[in-house]
Amino acid sequence: MSTISWVEAVVAALVVIGAVFTLIGSLGLLRMPDFFTRLHGPSKATTIGIGSLLLASALFMSCRGGGLSLHEFLISLFIAITSPVGSHLLAKAARHRRLRGAEGWVEPDQARNR
Amino acid sequence: MLNHAIDIAFGLLCLSLVVTLVRLALGPDMLDRVLALDTLYVNSAFMLVLYGLKLGTGRYYEAALLIAMLGFVTTVVLSKYITRGDVIE
Repeated sequence: MSTISWVEAVVAALVVIGAVFTLIGSLGLLRMPDFFTRLHGPSKATTIGIGSLLLASALFMSCRGGGLSLHEFLISLFIAITSPVGSHLLAKAARHRRLRGAEGWVEPDQARNR
Repeated sequence: MLNHAIDIAFGLLCLSLVVTLVRLALGPDMLDRVLALDTLYVNSAFMLVLYGLKLGTGRYYEAALLIAMLGFVTTVVLSKYITRGDVIE
């Protein structure tokens, strides 16, 4: 096997892994019972799914000739920074709206003693 | 092999967009809808990068970055609006 086909195999595997993780995250968004657990699915999908796809893309563009290609990691870095911030703000808004979890509403001082 | 993998990934991604749209339509609370919208933004950015990979050009990264940025701003603004009742106080 030549180098090009090895690279192609790795890129293909990374692309399919990323798509599978995205699908799993969206299924978690659909199937989970309450809002706080639903918040948990897509964030995993974002980090691993997008990260593995962009790694595949950077590998492919770099090995195709024309030099090292690194601006994919800009998107990766941006999403890795912004995704937890968005999730935190959504969880804060849910707490403010007094959305119930699976165990019902937990007062803040009770939550601290757990 | 890479072409088949990209086609499979497109199929999985279409499925995940449909699943997210179902949550967007069902969502018991408006925060569920905001979360589904955020996921839709990220999945669209994923799809654009994949399309660029299929065509073999690096021309779609800027568009994907723009979509990811707009998705983040939308999420922040909507959750701030829901929390405070106002965006800029």
